[in-house]
Amino acid sequence: MLTDDAGRGANQAPEPANSVKNPRRTGGDLVQLLTPSGERISHPEFDLWISDVSDEQLGSLYEDMVVIRRIDAEATALQRQGELALWPPMLGQEATQIGSGRALRSDDFVFPTYRDNGVAYCRGVAVPDLVRAWRGNALFGWDPYRYNIATQQIMIGSQSLHATGYAMGIQDDGADSVAVAYFGDGATSEGDVNEAMVFAASFQAPVVFICQNNHWAISEPVLLQSHVQLADRASGFGIPSMRVDGNDVLAVLSATRIALDRARKGGGPTFIEALTYRMGPHTTADDPTRYRDPNELEDWAAKDPIARLKALLDRKGLLGEELEDRVKAKADAVAAELRSGTINMPEPAPLDVFKHVYSEENSWIERQKDHYSRYLESFSGSVQEGAL
Amino acid sequence: MIKEFRLPDLGEGLTESEILSWKVAVGDTVELNQVIAEVETAKAVVELPSPFAGTVAALHEQPGSVVEVGKPIVSFEVDDAGAAPSGAAAPAAAAGNADDASAAPAAPPAPKREATLVGYGAAVEQGGHPTRRQRNLPAAAAAPAAATVPVRAAVPAAANAPAAVVESERPSERPRSTPPVRKLARDLGVDLTQLSGSGAGGLITREDVQHFAEGAAAPASAGVPATAGRETRTPIKGVRKYTAAAMVQSAFTAPHVTEFLTVDVTAAMELLERLKASRTFQGYKLTPLTLAAKAVLIALKRNPTLNSRWDDAAQEIVQFNYVNLGIAAATPRGLTVPNIKDADAMGLLELSAALSELTETARAGKTTPAELAGGTISITNIGVFGIDAGTPILNPGEAAIVALGAVRKAPWVHNDELAVRQVMSLSLSFDHRLVDGEQGSRFLADVGAILSDPGMVLTMV
Repeated sequence: MLTDDAGRGANQAPEPANSVKNPRRTGGDLVQLLTPSGERISHPEFDLWISDVSDEQLGSLYEDMVVIRRIDAEATALQRQGELALWPPMLGQEATQIGSGRALRSDDFVFPTYRDNGVAYCRGVAVPDLVRAWRGNALFGWDPYRYNIATQQIMIGSQSLHATGYAMGIQDDGADSVAVAYFGDGATSEGDVNEAMVFAASFQAPVVFICQNNHWAISEPVLLQSHVQLADRASGFGIPSMRVDGNDVLAVLSATRIALDRARKGGGPTFIEALTYRMGPHTTADDPTRYRDPNELEDWAAKDPIARLKALLDRKGLLGEELEDRVKAKADAVAAELRSGTINMPEPAPLDVFKHVYSEENSWIERQKDHYSRYLESFSGSVQEGAL
Repeated sequence: MIKEFRLPDLGEGLTESEILSWKVAVGDTVELNQVIAEVETAKAVVELPSPFAGTVAALHEQPGSVVEVGKPIVSFEVDDAGAAPSGAAAPAAAAGNADDASAAPAAPPAPKREATLVGYGAAVEQGGHPTRRQRNLPAAAAAPAAATVPVRAAVPAAANAPAAVVESERPSERPRSTPPVRKLARDLGVDLTQLSGSGAGGLITREDVQHFAEGAAAPASAGVPATAGRETRTPIKGVRKYTAAAMVQSAFTAPHVTEFLTVDVTAAMELLERLKASRTFQGYKLTPLTLAAKAVLIALKRNPTLNSRWDDAAQEIVQFNYVNLGIAAATPRGLTVPNIKDADAMGLLELSAALSELTETARAGKTTPAELAGGTISITNIGVFGIDAGTPILNPGEAAIVALGAVRKAPWVHNDELAVRQVMSLSLSFDHRLVDGEQGSRFLADVGAILSDPGMVLTMV
């Protein structure tokens, strides 16, 4: 049933097996609804959750994926042009980010990593705000409560604890919204993620853990870190899990909806392993050719998430000039907005550094702010060089 | 209008990058984000996308040049509309911001950003904003203060001058102290670089400064030596830097084995005298080195393993079918090892001429890079310094090096009797990755046999 048009790289180690027998796993070994060549294949359970997706919505999923890939390319270029200090590319992970991001309700709360800019785009964050922190312009780009997406974590995995805590708060409020934590394969080896899963299971908190297994924790391959499939790690905590093709936007959408529905109905946490691939470097300061076999990249390029959705649209006769033009125009406009918004971003004032340290007034901070402002003023007078 | 593109910090905290190639030429029309160059940083090879749409007006750097971050590398002729494509969109960007940006005062024209070590630092506006003062005051600035201080006057001027030159060349860290102590030092006219701190971690304390200011007569100052005249610091650069890197690389990649052999070279020295007197060698410079070099070349023919190279990248052993004989030479610039190309094809006459030329060129400091490259084995003549033996380090990329000791008269068992003979020690280091003890030993024994009994050559060639 599963097809892998690309075949496997010669150096690819066998995937850890035995997961099919895992009673806590939904959907078998690997859920795939859309093959790399764009063939829609059926799945008795997962099909139900995307039966409502219209042709028009398929087109909009395609548009979103193309747009975030363009955001990624433009931000990478801006970094190379000296406009950003750093950028973590998400190239190759568009289906996971859009498939899951588009499944969320506006009152759900997202706890993302630094790489989840596609998810932030889905939440409605203004495009230039995606790069504000990477430009060193502010500590963070947006107001978390405005879009219900928290600050992007650079620390690996800590946001899974934030998400679990937030989910426990939802329980106390008696609400039916869900907290969603995003993290990568490497994070599942961190203490924070494991602690979060203990608490999520103990309190049956409405939290969904979305693990984007992009195969590389910077330069560390995932197979070195886990001798079982990552989805099976969740079983050890008593958390039901799914393992889906992360380059298949429909499989990710379906799995996320299943997990969200379970959480909203009091069914507790779910762990989704989305099998995808980081096609770019870890960040713009990284050189993956030093640790990665180029054959592997080729294999995954053949499983490209956007190409396969495009192929499906083509098969369905939906890929006309009209759609292509519209998507291209949108991507161009977003890229231009990102570029101009970045280059013209107002500089923060020196005293802004004291903002947001505490939510309420704090005498220590006030004192420091006062000292610093007087220090700054001391430069406005005629001060002799060397007199200080 | 002309727009410059300055080299950005392409990684996190990089200070320079090398231009590998230009993908555009002057006069080319480029689009926004079109790849214009490939550059290599300490971290990765990356492509540079053009920040402008326009025409390439000038390329400021050549491929191969290492460029500091912040230097202009290319200029574009951009039409005015293209130069500021984003002006109109600015308000929209601000409107979409979270509270930080929208609360910011109506933006004054954004000052041009300057690259700092990590990405971009706070903008520096004209008039009144603090700029980080340089940690390293130029020596000139410190000098006037020093002149007013009697203590400093006691330092001999001659000792002082070179120290100051060295100081200005090297990016030294400011001596550790605290602001009040620095102020005290300034008030008393004490140059902190002249003090050793007695506090934790070398921290200069108030007492240190006071003692120093009270003059050399103060008892405590005995424990506070003025260090300037007691050591000389020389920046590591040029040949010294290159030699150091080559030696470290060689010492820590090739497992060295060194063997020694002391031989009676009386017969060889007698041969040398006869040759010198002969008409053929008139005008040629014949030395023990000449004969030893010839002996090495003859022995190599029988033991070619010593004339090879470990090619780690290709995982191959390269056996040379020619000999480029390197000769270590002490030159004014430092140690160099120029080599004689195809030395194995040379007769003794030719070889002696080549040796003379090589040493003269090296001493004049005129050795070309080509003469330094491509050596296959080396000889170092430590005997000229009166030394007998050593453990030479391989010239990187070569499998063996022979050190020639001094030829000296010594008591020696000759024909089963104790006699005064001319004796020389040979030291051979070889790379044990590709030369085993057997081959190394046979080679060294052959060189020794030729030098102790030159007639033995008849049995070898």
